[in-house]
Amino acid sequence: MGKLSRAALIYIGAVVATAVVLVARGPFTGLRWQYVVFLGILVIVSESRATQLRKGQLSWSSSSAAMLASVVLVGPVGAAIVGACTALGVRRGPSILQRVFNTAMYALSAYLAGRVFLAFGGHVGLPDEKSFPVIIAPFAAAALVLVAANHGLLSGVLWLTRPRDRMSSGASGSPGVGVGLSARLLLSDLGYAAYGLLMAALWSVVGFFAPLLVLIPLFVARWAVAQFAEQQKAYEATVGALCQAVETKDFYTRGHSDRVSRGSVMIAREIGMRGERVEAIRYAGMLHDVGKLGVPTRVLQKTGKLTEEEYDAIQLHPMRGLDIVREIGFLDEALDGIMHHHERIDGRGYPMGLAGHEIPEFARVLAVADAFDSMTSTRSYRGARPVSEAIEELRKWSGTQFDPAFVDAFVAALKRHGWHLPEPPVIGADDLAPVTAQDHDDPGAPIRVIDSL
Amino acid sequence: MTEPTGRTPRELRRYPWQVRDSGELLLMVAAGVWLVAAVAQTAAEGLRDPRIAIAFGALIAFGELLRLNLPGDRETAPIGFAGALAYALLIRVGTHLVQYSAEQVVTVAAIGMIIGALPHLAVGRPARVSGMATRLLCVACVAYIFRPLAGNSAVEKHWGLAVTLMTALTVLALLLEAVLTALLRVDEQRAMFRVALVDEMRVQLPLGAAVGASALLIAFAAEVMGLAALAVFTAPLLVTQVAFRRYAGIRTTYLQTVRALAKVTEIGGYVEAGHSERVSRLAVAIGRELGIHEPELLELEYAALMHDIGQLSLHDPIPGGATVLVSRQDQQRIAELGADVIQQAQVLDSVAEIVRRQNEPYRDPGAASGHGGYTEPSGPPPGPPLSSRIIKTANAFDDLVGSSLDPGRAEAAVQRLRLDTASEHDPATVEALSRVVSRRSVIQM
Repeated sequence: MGKLSRAALIYIGAVVATAVVLVARGPFTGLRWQYVVFLGILVIVSESRATQLRKGQLSWSSSSAAMLASVVLVGPVGAAIVGACTALGVRRGPSILQRVFNTAMYALSAYLAGRVFLAFGGHVGLPDEKSFPVIIAPFAAAALVLVAANHGLLSGVLWLTRPRDRMSSGASGSPGVGVGLSARLLLSDLGYAAYGLLMAALWSVVGFFAPLLVLIPLFVARWAVAQFAEQQKAYEATVGALCQAVETKDFYTRGHSDRVSRGSVMIAREIGMRGERVEAIRYAGMLHDVGKLGVPTRVLQKTGKLTEEEYDAIQLHPMRGLDIVREIGFLDEALDGIMHHHERIDGRGYPMGLAGHEIPEFARVLAVADAFDSMTSTRSYRGARPVSEAIEELRKWSGTQFDPAFVDAFVAALKRHGWHLPEPPVIGADDLAPVTAQDHDDPGAPIRVIDSL
Repeated sequence: MTEPTGRTPRELRRYPWQVRDSGELLLMVAAGVWLVAAVAQTAAEGLRDPRIAIAFGALIAFGELLRLNLPGDRETAPIGFAGALAYALLIRVGTHLVQYSAEQVVTVAAIGMIIGALPHLAVGRPARVSGMATRLLCVACVAYIFRPLAGNSAVEKHWGLAVTLMTALTVLALLLEAVLTALLRVDEQRAMFRVALVDEMRVQLPLGAAVGASALLIAFAAEVMGLAALAVFTAPLLVTQVAFRRYAGIRTTYLQTVRALAKVTEIGGYVEAGHSERVSRLAVAIGRELGIHEPELLELEYAALMHDIGQLSLHDPIPGGATVLVSRQDQQRIAELGADVIQQAQVLDSVAEIVRRQNEPYRDPGAASGHGGYTEPSGPPPGPPLSSRIIKTANAFDDLVGSSLDPGRAEAAVQRLRLDTASEHDPATVEALSRVVSRRSVIQM
């Protein structure tokens, strides 16, 4: 968080003040401090091992289980104090202001959860066999409130401090990602909340051994989440590297896959696609041209008109691409997108000649991003065209070649996020890469085919 | 029954009605005999505490339904396993002291597992009986040790003793599962037992810890919450399982993607069709034969799949893609280019290193200069890593034999590689190749 707006500061101030007032009001009589201390230590440990979700922004810890246990064992005020122990978590990253806000947020949500637990008829103290199953309803309500308050307060601060006027640079700062992330987190937080009840219940059977037992599955789950994140990062990097390898075959289209992928994601977010599908279209964008390797280099490099056969070879590349990526187990939609990204709305595209909404949505999105990048990058037969000119061209073909809805979405997204133009290629820097003479993606310079028959 | 294969299970998916390895058969017979005895005993004595039995049976069935595939083609059922262990370790539900026998535990667990496996069969997935048998044997061991003790007053009164005993038994069950699974894999994949056991423990440790802790949690929690403990506990373990499933899923996608993209060299006409896939399968089999651990085996597989990726940077494809036929200098250049591509990913540095050094001779001081500097003043330079040597041998073999399945031709190719073991190929990798190839020919005949 750099400089904060006044609204954000007021918001943070209000949250902190409320938390301080509520905790200070007490009452502290009858508070069992040994539980507070032990659970507080637990919160500190969980907080110190928090998983970073987004660089420098958001992290997730399993401390909610300990807070919910304290709701049952020591009531709202005790729970608020346990929640406030997050301040002591040993963790690099958060600034002082972030720490203060987090502390107040956890204290406040734990307090609210404690109140709700009492309101629904829960009794504070060690649960015994008579507490079950009546305790489950108030506990569930408390868990719901804790998680909801936590996410609500956090979303508020994220919304108030969201980065503005940023160039589009991947995932950061876009609201779609935030929402998708929260929904998934909300569910897993609720799942972990059940551990809070287990912890409180087990206390009467095995004492301080209970939290230790409860923590093992929690840390294992955390480990799995971290492994997933690591693998996903590695996966993306590997796909990126391999796509680049494919592109070395053609000097002028370097970085093309990456940019088409970015453009498609911009459109997908603009039209409000689900997070999972956005991921799929990102890979579809990266991989949409792998089939071009099946086109003989001699055809790609030919300067004159192409024969029917040679044109057929080019028209086959989406199918070849499909052959390569078919075995990858991601969404079928991405495969459809790769297969049909050269279809046209008017039905004159290839390989199948589908028209209108027969063309899969992914393919219609890819087509727009694909053509746009082709026009705004340098080709051997022309220089790069400016963005404004490319937009005009997209509009011109909107309804015949492209889906108008996606053209509009893309133009809107471009206005909001901007576009990183590719660097013009330096000829002669690399003798390995051949040069394409015509670009099958370029709507302004369609491939010339010798009229035979 | 046929000879066990040296190939990976992916290549030859075996269903229970097709082929069965001797170890697997032994395991299932053992579990089956035990089960029949237990069922007979339970039927004779009658079911004790039927409400508890049904609740736990349902949990086990539910867990078995939600099986989980871990990396390396391992199937587990964490929720079901935890439920069954908890049933074996139960002392009280509420204030009621449970009094069922070990035979009843085996019976309930087995019935739950079978019911949970039925939907899998219904949609045409393999039943994976060996995994179920393994889990059942582990549960049975715990039950036969603990059930007689559960009625003991010392265990009932002192929770410290109970906790220690139960923890020890849980650890024992998990260890037993690792040992049994490792034995099965030795039989199935021709891995070395020591290697398989270490791999098994490494993969199973995190989830095993969660399963063990959860089993203890339910067993203790039932004393306070009664059977509600089962419901309360299932939610969080489900979340853990979802996290694991996503992790395993991305691992699979990763491998599929590398495998798919490695094929671009074939589609581009640089390499004969199926070459990368065959080399990688062979390399993994050789690696297993030489006792390479799973994480390095995965790196070897990636490297083998992508060993020709550098050819994409060439202007003209090599005729037939046979890299043995081009000059050493060109081979080295392809390897370097490929390694550079892989290095771009920044996460596969060791894979890049394997690819970079795939052409280096096993023992030749002069060749070390080929990969750009690093000469030692005295003594021979360190040879290429084992994985590189394996790929070199597997690649050469495939260039000679191709997709041919003729055992005579394979034998001749091995003989030819043997002649090159003075400096070019590592004798150990060639001998391992020879064993893999001879096993393969036995199966085909």
